Amino acid sequence: MTTTTELAVSASGLVKTFGDFTAVDGIDLEIRRGEVFGVLGPNGAGKTTTLKMLATLLPIDAGKAEIFGVDVKAHPHQVRQLVGVTGQYASVDENLTATENLVLFGRLLGMSGKAARAASEELLESFGLQEAAKRQISKFSGGMRRRLDLAASLLSRPPLIFLDEPTTGLDPRTRGQMWDTIRTLVAGGSTVLLTTQYLDEADQLADRIAVIDRGVKVAEGTSEQLKTSVGNSTLHLRLSDKTQVATAAAVVEKVTGDRPVLTPEAGGVNVPLADADRAADVLIGLRHAGISITTANVQQPTLDEVFLALTGHGTDSPESAVSPDNSVNSDIHTEEVA
Amino acid sequence: MAALISTYAVADRPLKARPGVGETISQTLTMARRAYIKMMRNPEQFFDVTIQPLLFTAMFAYIFGGAISGDVKSYLPTIITGILAQTALTASMARGTQLREDMDKGVFDRFKALPIARIAPLAGPAVADLLRYGIAATLTIVVGLLMGYRPGGGVGGVLAGWALTIFAGWSLSWIFTWLGTVLKTAGGVQGLGMMIMFPLTFLSPAFVPKETMPDWLQHFVDVNPVTLVINATRDLMNAGDVTMSVVWALVGCAAVVAIFAPLSVWSYSKKL
Ligand SMILES: Nc1ncnc2c1ncn2[C@@H]1O[C@H](COP(=O)(O)OP(=O)(O)O)[C@@H](O)[C@H]1O
Ligand SMILES: [Mg+2]
Repeated sequence: MTTTTELAVSASGLVKTFGDFTAVDGIDLEIRRGEVFGVLGPNGAGKTTTLKMLATLLPIDAGKAEIFGVDVKAHPHQVRQLVGVTGQYASVDENLTATENLVLFGRLLGMSGKAARAASEELLESFGLQEAAKRQISKFSGGMRRRLDLAASLLSRPPLIFLDEPTTGLDPRTRGQMWDTIRTLVAGGSTVLLTTQYLDEADQLADRIAVIDRGVKVAEGTSEQLKTSVGNSTLHLRLSDKTQVATAAAVVEKVTGDRPVLTPEAGGVNVPLADADRAADVLIGLRHAGISITTANVQQPTLDEVFLALTGHGTDSPESAVSPDNSVNSDIHTEEVA
Repeated sequence: MAALISTYAVADRPLKARPGVGETISQTLTMARRAYIKMMRNPEQFFDVTIQPLLFTAMFAYIFGGAISGDVKSYLPTIITGILAQTALTASMARGTQLREDMDKGVFDRFKALPIARIAPLAGPAVADLLRYGIAATLTIVVGLLMGYRPGGGVGGVLAGWALTIFAGWSLSWIFTWLGTVLKTAGGVQGLGMMIMFPLTFLSPAFVPKETMPDWLQHFVDVNPVTLVINATRDLMNAGDVTMSVVWALVGCAAVVAIFAPLSVWSYSKKL
């Protein structure tokens, strides 16, 4: 049996109930070959449950899902040959070393012992884990586990990769490394379905994003489409001289055509921007007017704002509101523009 | 990294409908190897198959020997074969709790997501456990010999009894494997396992002759699979005879596997 469809994932009306609680309530997804698709939602939205249904790890209660045209319910064994799954929690064996884990999975996938060892070595090297090859996983850091887990999912060279919250709980540096790894995968032509709680992560990695909330898809589109549907970026300025706030406001209004929001006691001027590129125009305008600033940064809408706009309620879980390292903000320092 | 990724296969690859028999065996052996490595790293897993046979054999022989058979030495043919069956049963019980603990770990999600035979993650550890039953059986027999047990069945009879003990342990482990796939916690598996193990061990001729029990109990003793194994082991080791008891023991063990292995696989894959 071979696969022919252009769609890597095609799901319609997916439903999963646990008792009388509906965790996934009729989700449709279409993911094209070669794209990175992000499923964005707060904790408990149903991301993992959706992914598990698509990966044959949970029975599909209602609806239909196809992976490269293969029906998930009818042919789970075939689907498992097409998908590499990296779960939210590392799915490697704690008591085995990194090499033993990869060789085990390689052997299960039908490789000879020699081929499995070679593939394991190659992957450990690609993921910067070769020094840790002989260490038991229980002694690994969170970031190392995630990378090993991803490496394990790539052993079979699957055409479709599922990544469930690949960076949740990682520190900003490790998170950046994980992003680089995912970008390399994508450059190699894999189709990736990734879930995340962070708008900036989806923004950085995904071609298209579906926003889900309480088991329902509330929006879908590119990151740009989502953000513009929600509102604009904001330029946050802090003036060196608080008394100049009114003058600055006039200058800004001349440049953007909109009145900025002022916090005079702090010397703050917050400028709504239709387009983040307008920030430079505002800064140049202020420089010409002789107004000096201490800090300036452009902030995109947060996931919380996206949610509020799309669903009329916040994300409920405090930790999911913004990414831990705030890397959405493109910080522009005054010295650089001046 | 780039080299690695450039060799990705596209989605247009031939897909297998189901794992073949050869693949299933190879995957089971791979899972057995995993269980073996873990066993070697966690020597606690050998406590029940080393300390228990040593302790119970000596203890039971000296405590019950005089009362039941007049003296310790004439009790040995009864107690050694009884302990063999008992240790096989307790050792196989650990399969259920270990499977349950293992299944709660993340790695089982990967096993489930891999295109492998559903029976491999269940059967693999059961194969590795043959080592545990082998250790338990060997120690029990050695302790017996040291205490003066002189099996009438000779070397051949003893080897046959040893092999039957291991086979019985492996067969009975499927009951506990099934419990492991059905119950939610390792504690539950342990508790229910005990409730199954005690009547099976003690309502058998393992330690006392069946005739000393009340009539109504004897009916249960007769159909207890552990009784079948004990009778067969006694015939093999103490007399060197391949009797109908041996046939019945083999049939009984095979029946346990035939019922509980498919039930286990069914219950394991149903949860997917
Ligand atoms: N096995 C389960 N039994 C009962 N409820 C569950 C189970 N798995 C998930 N849920 C519930 O379903 C909802 C969605 O969970 P999940 O898919 O894990 O969310 P997410 O991955 O988006 O954080 C949550 O409210 C969660 O508590
Ligand atoms: Mg989740």
